[in-house]
Amino acid sequence: MNFPAESIPIFGALGAVLLAASGVGYWLHLRYAGGPSQGVIDNLNARIRAWWLMIAVAGSAMALGNGGTIGLFGLLSFLAFREFITQTPVRRADHSALFFSSFLVIPAQYWLVAANWYGMFAIFIPVYVFLTLPVLSALFADEQKFLQRTAEMQWGLMICAYCLSHVPALLTLKVPGFQGREVQLVVFLVLISQVSDVLQYVWGKLFGKHKIAARLSPNKTVEGFAGGVLSATLLGGALWGFTPFPPLFAAAMAFLIAVSGFLGGLVMSAIKRDRGIKDWGTLIEGHGGTLDRLDSLCFSAPLFFHATRYFYSLY
Amino acid sequence: MIAAAARAVIALGAKILTGAQGRWIGCAPTEALRIYCANHTSHIDFLLLWSALPGPLRSSVRPVAASDYWLSGPVRRYLIQEVFQGVLVDRGGPPAGNPLQAAMDALSRGESLIFFPEGTRGTGDALLPFKSGIHHLVRCVPRAEVVPVWIDNAYRVMPKGFIFPVPLLCSMSFGTPLRYTEGEPKEDFLFRLRSAMLELRPQ
Repeated sequence: MNFPAESIPIFGALGAVLLAASGVGYWLHLRYAGGPSQGVIDNLNARIRAWWLMIAVAGSAMALGNGGTIGLFGLLSFLAFREFITQTPVRRADHSALFFSSFLVIPAQYWLVAANWYGMFAIFIPVYVFLTLPVLSALFADEQKFLQRTAEMQWGLMICAYCLSHVPALLTLKVPGFQGREVQLVVFLVLISQVSDVLQYVWGKLFGKHKIAARLSPNKTVEGFAGGVLSATLLGGALWGFTPFPPLFAAAMAFLIAVSGFLGGLVMSAIKRDRGIKDWGTLIEGHGGTLDRLDSLCFSAPLFFHATRYFYSLY
Repeated sequence: MIAAAARAVIALGAKILTGAQGRWIGCAPTEALRIYCANHTSHIDFLLLWSALPGPLRSSVRPVAASDYWLSGPVRRYLIQEVFQGVLVDRGGPPAGNPLQAAMDALSRGESLIFFPEGTRGTGDALLPFKSGIHHLVRCVPRAEVVPVWIDNAYRVMPKGFIFPVPLLCSMSFGTPLRYTEGEPKEDFLFRLRSAMLELRPQ
């Protein structure tokens, strides 16, 4: 057990918020049972229950130390890649390339995080795997949709493995005066990204009028985006004492996380819309699949990682 | 003890690899005497279907498997006999005797079955012509419910000719149980079952 003491107030606050949400959800359930809005309320309660579970999983992984956090994100990458590949036109000839990706590339990428080998971590998938995957598929001599199949596997690995692995890679940064507390960068990134998603949804439901890209995602509105990003930025600034950053910089980082997360959600919605699906999977009741919850994090993690590394880390 | 642990590990592995999601569209998972009839595209089919059942049901539902494949090697033999407690049938046996006798015995003991009416593996979306085995089974044990099942995507998880799986989402759709009506001609019953299975196919 090495649960960082500084994170306890954050988890306590999350617990209090969830407790209140569960109470309200239960009250709504009693008050409107059998009514026309029961479906919405059931979905809300399922989402709240799933949040309890997700926070419990994240907390337990953190308590196991860096290995637990790295292992958790490795598993999430595996689950996300599985959902992504289900929607691609991969064929029998790609079987070896897919096996290679799922059981060698993803574990190797996370091993590189654990081994703290930054140079290889940064180029392993974009260079070596990028060149190897099409070779593996070509060896099976099936030319149909070859470029599309290869490109979609590569894209899946970039999003689900490469981008997501930047979350635990925060643990390897060397921020002066912050040694031993790197996991707080992970908590900050995940917290701001998820809170921003929830707040964009809430602001959108309350005040949303003008849709952004209505064809892609009916839930994204200008009001939801502005309200969600603004409140996530304020929360990030308020949490500056938890980070290595001064207040304004913490707010700017939260702004970066919220905006890039929103854009990531938009991109992933475009893929879902093209494939005619609403959710990537069914793993988390009320939320959809792993990728539905992680899409924003996939885009914000590399940016947050490099911004922190550039401005604050010794390397 | 070891077999029970192996069952738990395999079911967990199937969930991590494929999700093995059960969609109970036409019926609920119950202890009723049933023959789950599914399309067959991969060696992992029955494993996925079995993993999609709720835990307590798994020990009372037995797969009907071909002895020529499953008895050829110590690992397969252990898996099918001890872990999955499969009912083995001889596909290429001599015409003397009833190849499905073991399956009938299991049904009359009140054990539900997982059955592949095509008799062999197809290659994806289409169904091969059904063998007469399923009709024979329900004619002898008409109180068994025949549950149509569509297994989606298993072919992509482990295509014919590969011995290792890749992770992809799979779902099992369970339809409304069919009952055999006394004297129903074989072709009619097989057609009803076939249509019910195809109806569960996504899209």
